[in-house]
Amino acid sequence: MIYKMRKIVAGICILVGFVVVLALLLQGHTIDVLQPAGIVADKQKHLIIIATLLAIIVVIPVYALTIGVAWKYRASNKKARYTPDWDHDKLIEGVWWGIPIILIGILSVITWQSSHELDPFRAIKSDKPTQKIQVVALQWKWLFIYPEEKIATVNFVHIPVDRPVDFEITADAPMNSFWIPQLGGQIYAMSGMTTHLHLQASKAGTYQGSSANISGEGFADMRFTTEAESEGDFQEWIEDAKTSKDVLDTTAYKTLAAPSRNNNKTTYVLADEKLFDTVIMKFMGHEPDAQRSFESHLHRQVMQ
Amino acid sequence: MLGKLTLDAFKHGPIVTVGQISMVLGALSVVGLLFYLKRWKWLWREWITTVDPKKIGVMYIVVALVMLLRSLSDAAMMRAQQAISVGSNHGFLSSDHFQQVFTAHGTMMIFFVAMGLMFGLINLIVPLQIGARDVAFPFLNATSFWLYAMGAVLLNLSLMVGEIGATGWLAYPPLSELAYSPGVGVDYWIWSIQIAGIGSLLSGVNFLVTILKLRRAGMTLMKMPMFVWSVLGSMVLVVVAFPILTATLAMLALDRSLGMHFFTANAGGNPMMYINLIWAWGHPEVYILILPAFGIFSEVVATFSKKRLFGYAYMVWAIIAIVFLSFVVWLHHFFTMGAGANVNAFFGIMTMVIAVPTGIKVFNWIFTMYRGRVQFTTPMLWFLSFVLTFTIGGVAGVLMAVPAIDFQVHNSLFLVAHFHNMIIGGVVFGYFAGLTYWFPKIFGFKLNERFGRYAFWCWSVGFLLAFIPLYILGMMGATRRLDHYDASLGWQGLFIVAGVGVMVILAGVGFQVLQLIVSIMQRDKNRDKTGDPWDGRTLEWSTASPVPVYNFATLDPVTERDVFWSQKQQKQAAKIQYEDIHIPRNTPIGFLIAVSALLFGFAVIWEIVWLNVVAVLCIIGLVMYRTLDDNTEYVLTAQEVKALETKGAKA
Amino acid sequence: MKTPPAQLDKTTFGFWLYLMTDCVLFASLFATFAVLRANTAGGPSGKDIFDLPFVLTETVLLLTSSFTSGMALLAARAKVHKQVFFWLSATFLLGAAFLFMEMREFTHIVSEGHGWRMSAFLSSFFTLVGTHGAHIAVGLIWMFVMMFRFSASKISANDLRRLTLFTMFWHFLDIVWIFIFTIVYMFGALS
Repeated sequence: MIYKMRKIVAGICILVGFVVVLALLLQGHTIDVLQPAGIVADKQKHLIIIATLLAIIVVIPVYALTIGVAWKYRASNKKARYTPDWDHDKLIEGVWWGIPIILIGILSVITWQSSHELDPFRAIKSDKPTQKIQVVALQWKWLFIYPEEKIATVNFVHIPVDRPVDFEITADAPMNSFWIPQLGGQIYAMSGMTTHLHLQASKAGTYQGSSANISGEGFADMRFTTEAESEGDFQEWIEDAKTSKDVLDTTAYKTLAAPSRNNNKTTYVLADEKLFDTVIMKFMGHEPDAQRSFESHLHRQVMQ
Repeated sequence: MLGKLTLDAFKHGPIVTVGQISMVLGALSVVGLLFYLKRWKWLWREWITTVDPKKIGVMYIVVALVMLLRSLSDAAMMRAQQAISVGSNHGFLSSDHFQQVFTAHGTMMIFFVAMGLMFGLINLIVPLQIGARDVAFPFLNATSFWLYAMGAVLLNLSLMVGEIGATGWLAYPPLSELAYSPGVGVDYWIWSIQIAGIGSLLSGVNFLVTILKLRRAGMTLMKMPMFVWSVLGSMVLVVVAFPILTATLAMLALDRSLGMHFFTANAGGNPMMYINLIWAWGHPEVYILILPAFGIFSEVVATFSKKRLFGYAYMVWAIIAIVFLSFVVWLHHFFTMGAGANVNAFFGIMTMVIAVPTGIKVFNWIFTMYRGRVQFTTPMLWFLSFVLTFTIGGVAGVLMAVPAIDFQVHNSLFLVAHFHNMIIGGVVFGYFAGLTYWFPKIFGFKLNERFGRYAFWCWSVGFLLAFIPLYILGMMGATRRLDHYDASLGWQGLFIVAGVGVMVILAGVGFQVLQLIVSIMQRDKNRDKTGDPWDGRTLEWSTASPVPVYNFATLDPVTERDVFWSQKQQKQAAKIQYEDIHIPRNTPIGFLIAVSALLFGFAVIWEIVWLNVVAVLCIIGLVMYRTLDDNTEYVLTAQEVKALETKGAKA
Repeated sequence: MKTPPAQLDKTTFGFWLYLMTDCVLFASLFATFAVLRANTAGGPSGKDIFDLPFVLTETVLLLTSSFTSGMALLAARAKVHKQVFFWLSATFLLGAAFLFMEMREFTHIVSEGHGWRMSAFLSSFFTLVGTHGAHIAVGLIWMFVMMFRFSASKISANDLRRLTLFTMFWHFLDIVWIFIFTIVYMFGALS
């Protein structure tokens, strides 16, 4: 018995040690999803908490019953009742079906409402004007276009605090996923298509963004920073950006769109307002890129 | 002459070379051993040409365990890379190589480890549990196995000649299209799982017919053991889902090999169609794997609690519900694609609904232990650990079923932790329990319990260490498949803990290898002479261990569920009336068909046209030869059966 | 050697299941075709390349072959050896004619410059119709083998079973073709 106790104590020590180590490792770092800085991410965090609590209503009895029943009815405990042929009980079955069904019912209502409320395509209600930003996933960097302000940036984006932002997203690359965890959940970036992600920062700060879907060799480098700043700072930054010496025209875009990794943060003046639409239309055409690269691939093989 | 195949295909970096050398050494030592022991004929006669599901089952498991070792070493490489590749350090793997490693890891684990263990156990146990002498189509069964094995060979060939895709295990287009993946890697991926997948599809048909048509007289559907029921559910899913995989892979292959535009980014191709199709297969696939594991737990819990399975009828309905529901949840793998709120919400709710029948099963297992006599053997320990870990994964699953939450954790390490939680905690622990439980039936002696327990503890603790940090990392914004990240993110510590977890798991695997060696050495001590080492309940325990070629000498009708248990309770002495038994002859045709399929795949990958033609002609010829052969069975007379049975009783 | 009835049962049932898997395979191809049919990417649509009377002739050939295969089975059940051979040959010729016409159609479309590389619509068209054609080709080989056997010896129980399975297969291909004719050709040419 003492031997068994020792084992249990050792087990608890290991568990506590594990938790302490994890806590120490987290010291000074943000858990983005649980430390939101935007209204969407905030609602998502609350949903996580509610859903977890509801799930725990089932988890606790499962844990308690599993351990308790297994221990009480261990073979060495001859005092415990033994009914080898008892194999059904309507009441117990009813409870097991009933409780999960009720919980899933509650969760379903939550799911239905939150899916509509937090639909990434749905505009955020606000009395302030929406900031429109177009996003193009490239191999392997992010291009942000401010069509109204006529500027563009690579691998960083500035947004105003407390104003809804409409990210209009496409790709000139394999499928990516656009994600700024502290502001809110992600959406895919697909070539020839547009998706939307509506977010709104509630406090100023710098937030990490990345691509959450593999898109080739340099995909791990597809990180960008989101600078959320006050309206004044934001306008100031825009004016400043407009004076950039780099101009994003068709030639500059072609250079930029070629596969490259670890691109520096760059600001451009936008020469072609329709650039975003051009990128989408590129994939509608009949002259297929793949065909060309297929041939170049064959060519390469022949050369070898 | 050799298509695209040039000497360049053999050039690799140092790390791949290490892998190649170990693979070649492994193969050479096997070949050497066969020469040394002069076992070539034995290998050909007893194994390669066999159509006996018991032997085929063993071969499935051997291939699966070899693949498990390779794919675990991939896992260790990934964690090692992620533990050190921070800031200015870029680790020991290039991005491309790292991506190949995780692609290979996922592909092997699902298609060749999990599927292999599953079909291995099904082959070994299902015919026995339904009291049959064979499967419905023994030759087809052998062909299925060899297709699976040759798929595995093709995948491993990619390490030697060429490369494997760097696209992730489901190879989403347009990344997997020629425009973005011009190498042969994706082709290797397509053809190895296409060949293995066709094998699985044929197995699905085979076992569905076996279960529905070959049951012992008197065994009605509601008297079948729960493992058989869950395999039935799983096989229904195989038959409906795998053709979708076949079609989808074929279309991707046509895009790549003939320049078609199903899923290309341009010329009207639709990559989203691929993602829908692949998950229309992929989600049922999850249940294909987990249902048999649930079935194993049902058997294990009842046997080691010495009690009837609680709520049998509800368990059956739960399986049926899962089978249907698993076809209406696929979209939850890509809520982030931007379907409307209604669509997302529908699939989210369906996903939660499927948690209900799954939960019911857990409660019924607990109540099987209730008022029982629970013995903590290793299979039972795997079960307990399964309940505790699977529940964590279940909570994570419910979270991700809410689309609005999924947007925040999708494609992050949270997702990775979740599905490993389900697949290791559910599928792998289940199959380990099954392997330990049925090992004496297959080989005639029990596995060493002590090393089994060590392995169990290492796996369980290692699992928590390896995956709890990933849940947290996902919440910190760490996406999956990163070969490198910034030091400022503060992820490294957690990645190191996860790496330690993998090492603990590897120690568990080490104990399993030791367990096997020790058990073989001590086999005389642990021999199962009765055929019923665990005081079992179902028919497989009523025949000798190891099982004779004809499974059962006599086929007494089944009168109730746990029929063997009640026979033991009533101490019936069965009257033995021996009869002639038809047994299918061994044939190499299945093996040769699969080898031709392998050549076909290799030829398509490297665009070797003449080899393609030869392979197709071989397949047609072999099938024709087989269909024209009427002499496929031999008869074991009642006298011979009697002699074998009495000899077995004496030994 | 006579095959016991249980054997027949499980094989037929197994073949039914196989046909169901084939059905799912075709369903996947149909679904893909339905999604991609409008994606002509500047290339031709169905209206531009389909020749309905030609396809209707193909359809008649295939439907007739389905009838003759049924006759072959009836004759085999009645053990009229010569008739089996006759009806099977008719089925073979009709099937071969169908396949020949389909290949003509394909080469015609390709020679006009509308190959499968041109657009998603054409890719899915060639694949869906071509997969059916490949099945027909397998059926022809199967028939060839059976005819070879029947000419050599009497029809055994095993042979009868094979013929039964073959007619199931052939009828199945007929049904798939009716879907192809309606969804691919008729809707394509009329819309």
